[in-house]
Amino acid sequence: MANLNIDSVKDRTFDAIVIGSGMSGGWAAKELTDKGLKTLILERGRDVKHIKDYPTTNLNPWEFPHHGTLPNDVQEANPIANRCYAFHEDAAHFFVKDKEHPYVQAKPFDWIRGYQVGGKSLLWARQTQRWSDFDFEGPARDGFAVDWPIRYKDIAPWYSYVEKFAGISGNKDGIPELPDGEFLPAFPLNDVEDYFSKHVKSKYKNRHVISARCAHLSKPNQIHLDQGRTQCQNRTLCQRGCPFGGYFSANATTIPWALKSGHATLRPFSVVHSIIYDEKLGKATGVRVVDTNTKETIEYFAKIIFVNAAALNTNLILLNSTSNRFPNGLGNDSGVLGKYVAFHNYSARISGEYDGYKEYTTEGRNPAGGGYIPRFRNVYKQETDFLRGYACGFYAGRYQQHSEEGVGESLKENLVNGELSPWQVGSHMMGETIPKESNFVTLDKSLKDQWGIPQLKISVDYDDNDEKMKKDFVEQLTEMFTSAGFTNIKASTNHQAPGLDIHEMGGVRMGNDPKTSILNKWNQVHTCKNVFVTDGASMTSTSCQNPSLTYMALTARAADYAITESKKGNI
Amino acid sequence: MNRRDAISRVALIMGGAVLGAEYFLSGCKSPNSQVSDLFDADHVAFLNEVADTILPTTAGSPGAKAANVGKFMAVMVQDCYKAFDQKTFLEGITKLDESSKKQYNGKFVDITAAQRTELLTALDKEQKEFTKEREKLVEADKLKHKGEPFYFANEAEIPNHYFKLMKELTLLGYFSSEIGATKALRYIAVPGHYDGNLPYKKGDKAWAT
Repeated sequence: MANLNIDSVKDRTFDAIVIGSGMSGGWAAKELTDKGLKTLILERGRDVKHIKDYPTTNLNPWEFPHHGTLPNDVQEANPIANRCYAFHEDAAHFFVKDKEHPYVQAKPFDWIRGYQVGGKSLLWARQTQRWSDFDFEGPARDGFAVDWPIRYKDIAPWYSYVEKFAGISGNKDGIPELPDGEFLPAFPLNDVEDYFSKHVKSKYKNRHVISARCAHLSKPNQIHLDQGRTQCQNRTLCQRGCPFGGYFSANATTIPWALKSGHATLRPFSVVHSIIYDEKLGKATGVRVVDTNTKETIEYFAKIIFVNAAALNTNLILLNSTSNRFPNGLGNDSGVLGKYVAFHNYSARISGEYDGYKEYTTEGRNPAGGGYIPRFRNVYKQETDFLRGYACGFYAGRYQQHSEEGVGESLKENLVNGELSPWQVGSHMMGETIPKESNFVTLDKSLKDQWGIPQLKISVDYDDNDEKMKKDFVEQLTEMFTSAGFTNIKASTNHQAPGLDIHEMGGVRMGNDPKTSILNKWNQVHTCKNVFVTDGASMTSTSCQNPSLTYMALTARAADYAITESKKGNI
Repeated sequence: MNRRDAISRVALIMGGAVLGAEYFLSGCKSPNSQVSDLFDADHVAFLNEVADTILPTTAGSPGAKAANVGKFMAVMVQDCYKAFDQKTFLEGITKLDESSKKQYNGKFVDITAAQRTELLTALDKEQKEFTKEREKLVEADKLKHKGEPFYFANEAEIPNHYFKLMKELTLLGYFSSEIGATKALRYIAVPGHYDGNLPYKKGDKAWAT
């Protein structure tokens, strides 16, 4: 970075440092710079500028050398990334390649990562649901983890705040366990999704099939146009980066917004080694960065530090930030740092067929993906032999059904003008898992990455609760499908490793008690008040809703608090 | 991978160094330009004829040769296939020509369109039977690996029928080509809308994506 004089401490001093430029880091950067704080955004990977750095975004299928398939050598060299549903020729450049960033799997864990400006916000599935008090009160009610130090009322205004800026499509469904938000118009359910929704509503009191809420601009407001974004064009090629800014990514929204303020400095190729703790001042003074190209170590200084490196890398940074005061990692007096990691259980799905609505089909593509079934198990009371529950996706569609028999004209005719199949329906589970001390990450004692930073050792697994939940999903959805008149119902369960859900959370959890948690109710390290952790690492429990929207809201809320406290001279 | 490595690798997968080397080194000697480690221009011409027999030009749209699906097949087998499927595919080129010579006294590219169609129709039946048997082996292998985190039938490397591979690649290559997607099927890069309730007219062309 030619514009940074690394010899001058003054030039390396900022009001705030944000570690990470993805889903939550982008929000921290936006909020801090909005308030005029001179902010350094550190990103370990390369820069990805909106539109300019989306090389595949406008390519037609035939313009890819392999029409979308990745070469065999790439697949074989990346068994972990290759298990992700989006790792294809059009988006592979946004995924971390297995060999470049090794980690230790004490137990199988598919760690899917995106090391670039924007992080995984370029690649996410864009499902955005609020959490409710059924989630925030979960651990206290059901006796696991620790009590969340916040309740829905604490975060609700911040959900509204981030939703308005990000642009979330959805309906106000009036479901207490899935609070309504500030919505742009929802993408519609198709005929059979709608049929199932009505059927479920009539048959079950507390089960709902709603239009999936997603971070797409179905109808942009002025604030979205001000960001340079425009209406979602239903391409559903989101993983390539969207030239319309049709969905929320840090690249299209928060990062350029922060940069436009004139208060942000973005430094890519900067992997954070550790946070610098000053024993005398009793707080953090900055961060130690390794330039990934020159391998040079550089220190940057600031009054406020936001750690948004993505859940497990945030754990890694704190564990690696040792000092006399914190020999076991920054803020880790309690010994819980790195522990109580949890994730989402996606290991079952079900499919079927419906004979009705044959005179209808769909046209265009639905970026929301179809319907969403909020958690209906153990919501108002404990009713099963497992804790918590699962949400489900639900989708229906018709596909070409044609004979692939033979060769020649008749084959071609069949393939081109084949009839549509009956409606095919499907659902997948998204289960809450219980954070446990035995699911944890540590630093490997000897293995280091190419920048001399210890490798993360991951020891996370399913348990009996997850198996029971999986079984229940299959039973309940089979019953719901059967009663709706769906036929040819087939359930499939798999043993996919944790991590492939890409919803890993925890390790730096929030809590009321510094003896059992790392962060307070403001996502502030209990014992190092100028360090804030607002990504997935901070989660006390996982809910079964998708987590990104909650990271965004927690980040905006924490940034507001940090600025207020800073003004008061408290940090 | 350089060409020498590729040749030894292929020799290995072809199961006989001499046969393999001769087969592939002939590509160097001939004036034919090599399009990749495994394929030369003759192969591509041959594959284009196979593809065009599978999906010929019709009143509605040009065929697979016009879309250069032969080239696509060569690229896919070279880059995206595992070695065991590469072996099957390459041996298949020889086998197909041998069948042609046996039945019609001529190489595949030299026989009539009707003869080609007849030959490939028979091969299609053969591959279907073969694939049915293969499915049983795949199922048995799946059972053997039950409970493992990830199972890909491909990893067991149970051989495919070469014509299944050729047909599969022809369909994939053609319908994702510009001609196939836009002339044979319907393709819209930017739909701009989603309609969940559209009357369905039987006989509407399929969408490419």
